[in-house]
Amino acid sequence: MPTVYIPTLLRTLTGGKASVEVEGATVRQLIDNLDRAWPGVRERLLDEGKLRPNISVAVDGEVTPMGLIEAVGPASEVHFIAAIKGGSHPRL
Amino acid sequence: MKAQEYTVIGTRPVRHDGVDKVTGRAQYGADFQMAGLLYGHILRSPHAHARIRRIDTSKAEKFPGVKAVVTADDFPQVAERIVDLGEGDTPLSYARGNVLAKGKTLYKGHAVAAVAATSVHVAEEAAGLIEVDYEVLPCVLTAPEAMQDNAPILHDDLKTKEFGEQTGRVSNVSEHFRHVMGDAEAGFAQADVVLEREFHTATVHQGYIEPHNATALWNNDGRILVWCSTQGAFVVRDVTACILDVPVSRVKVTPMEIGGGFGGKIPVYLEPVAALLSKKTGKPVKIVMSRKDVFEGSGPTPGSYIKVKIGARKDGRITAARAYLAYEAGAYPGAMVGPGAMCVFAAYDIPNVVIDGFDVVVNKPSTAAYRAPGATNAAFATESVIDEIAEKLGMDPLDFRLKNAAKEGTRRADGPKYRRVGCVEVIETLKNHPHYSAPLGGPHRGRGVAIGFWFNVGLPSSCTISVNADGTVNLVEGSTDIGGTRTSIAMQAAEVLGITAEAVRPTVVDTDSVGFTAVTGGSRTTFATGWAAYEAAQDILRQMKERAAKIWETDAASVVVERGVFRSGDKSMTFGELAGRLDQTGGPVVGRGAVNPRGVGGSFSGCIADVEVDPETGKVSVLRFTSVQDAGKAIHPSYVEGQMQGGSVQGIGWALNEEYYMSDAGSMMNSSLLDYRMPTALDLPMIDTAIVEVPNPGHPFGARGVGEANIVPPPGAIANAIYRAAGVRMNRLPMNPPAIMQAIWSQRD
Repeated sequence: MPTVYIPTLLRTLTGGKASVEVEGATVRQLIDNLDRAWPGVRERLLDEGKLRPNISVAVDGEVTPMGLIEAVGPASEVHFIAAIKGGSHPRL
Repeated sequence: MKAQEYTVIGTRPVRHDGVDKVTGRAQYGADFQMAGLLYGHILRSPHAHARIRRIDTSKAEKFPGVKAVVTADDFPQVAERIVDLGEGDTPLSYARGNVLAKGKTLYKGHAVAAVAATSVHVAEEAAGLIEVDYEVLPCVLTAPEAMQDNAPILHDDLKTKEFGEQTGRVSNVSEHFRHVMGDAEAGFAQADVVLEREFHTATVHQGYIEPHNATALWNNDGRILVWCSTQGAFVVRDVTACILDVPVSRVKVTPMEIGGGFGGKIPVYLEPVAALLSKKTGKPVKIVMSRKDVFEGSGPTPGSYIKVKIGARKDGRITAARAYLAYEAGAYPGAMVGPGAMCVFAAYDIPNVVIDGFDVVVNKPSTAAYRAPGATNAAFATESVIDEIAEKLGMDPLDFRLKNAAKEGTRRADGPKYRRVGCVEVIETLKNHPHYSAPLGGPHRGRGVAIGFWFNVGLPSSCTISVNADGTVNLVEGSTDIGGTRTSIAMQAAEVLGITAEAVRPTVVDTDSVGFTAVTGGSRTTFATGWAAYEAAQDILRQMKERAAKIWETDAASVVVERGVFRSGDKSMTFGELAGRLDQTGGPVVGRGAVNPRGVGGSFSGCIADVEVDPETGKVSVLRFTSVQDAGKAIHPSYVEGQMQGGSVQGIGWALNEEYYMSDAGSMMNSSLLDYRMPTALDLPMIDTAIVEVPNPGHPFGARGVGEANIVPPPGAIANAIYRAAGVRMNRLPMNPPAIMQAIWSQRD
């Protein structure tokens, strides 16, 4: 199963776990399955079905331009990381 | 292709745009002329933080020669959404608010209104007649001050977010994130030496020589035509369309030649304003910033407060590290603290790490990218502490770095594991370089070293190539050429086609004439647009094999091509010969390449700096400087060396001289190139270079981006050299004479 590394500030939702193995063939499926196990993860990562603007996803060490539809393999490592430049906003 | 087979890659052809550049015929944005052209001028806020009570433009509008005046109220009011700024996203209201202030001005120089007139002088004089009623507010200029509970608040609705979670806390801290790996406290407990130091770095500007400029024509057919100086024509198109609420297909952007950018010409400042003025007047409108406008109204790179703690055992192994990074975003969120956090310990294999990053708004211009944005600040802190620990352990500073160097399989604290990288090779090259063992030759002299990292990016690029009957090809691409990329891209096509670099004519075109191409930034252009050219050239070869097969009345599968010669059995034809027969075999051949590549390879860099410190004045002279960088494969070694020299010089300026010198009221007191002291050739020695080539397995030719990593280590290396020359550890940039003398006097006391 792919390994998802849980961002430090989300670990309160995963009982402190730093990484978990999750079923899924795409990033979106991983997030769905993460959310089933630890409700609230999806809301912290996605907004209206898209990755939040200040978050990027890296698969096997490389930020993917495909985002949620990026395919992941059984041995893949997935990280959610801060986007290069961004900026939070109260209405978004 | 195997490296030993290259005939074009790794050579040093003359750049295709060289003649136009050295004869002054190259057309820059300020040169642009067309019939009926009007001239614009931007009125800027005299206050660092103020509420706009009222703007009265009536006197300006009546001034002879004035054709139109615009304010933020002239922008269409559209729903909030996210816009792509080229190296990241931002809310539309922030992008629009930085172009023309609405409600509040957030820094001195913030654009408030604009005038179009028959001459630039009329426009400037009329802008002075615009009456703005300001309620001046207290300002805050540094991250530590802005983070205090009682600090003036820039955005009343900005609440701190922590990785997607809204805290509900109104604050100047837009974002706080944390990377954790291992157990830092346990790691520090294992260490024999633990050091913690604080650092401050000043706001600095990219210092591109050509000021921002834009000409726009809102045509009668509803299309908006823009000519400007930008690192990303498609970003200008998309942001302009977004702010003006028109479809992207209604905006065409033609990138003019660019006189430097270094990340600072990714944001959009003038284009939507010129377009609005054009819409009101029916005429094309050109706006060119002054140098003062550039300093006060465009984006510098963040000042920062950084705290770094590192622990190591007596055997020289680092056991733990912690970093606290608070970066000044300027007026709107989006400091490059994320990349700073990615790079702060990126050169080292450290098992236990904690990194906290804070994106903090302050009353300074909204910051922009600057060559490895965020990384130079962070490396100054890390490399200073690394050097001090090596000294306490009695180790050679390069041996200490080598013992802890990142390598393939090393995991960074922000998550990813490195694939093949050249950190070890860079350090070994530094150590073996004759500079490292050369005598210093005098008193008050010292030698310092440092290393640094930039991860580089991919992003989309497009390219087309058409074959001419004389065996040459025309290459069309969308990457603004800042550092010789026309040629480095053309060389990759030439290598595939088996022709010379001179036989490729590269042209950078407008946004209607090529597929989407992301910014020239992130050290991506030679990597990604070069890859698009590689694909387009492969497409050409596929088609030309079919043409050869037609001529030889054989199957295309039987045709092979090597170094520009097509063969099938005993028949052969050169690329040039076949190119002359295209019309008779089916017509023109046009190849296309469109990529959004993976396989980006990060680049490590290092440097050796020799300095002399005048103990009476604190002046630091750089006596000798060597830059080393992993290029993967140097496509055009001269341009790689040029990037290394340029990044080194900018790093030296950042280290020794450059800063936004701010008054307490938030005014930049040195907004001219006379007072904002960038190094000139007279201030510098020849910058020696040594290119390391650890091929990037993710690129057809093994290339890594080389534009940025070279600026990262110089401030740390110079700080370490100053310590050996004058005995003082500097913790603040710039390390100018007053700072050096203060440090020397403090030590005496």
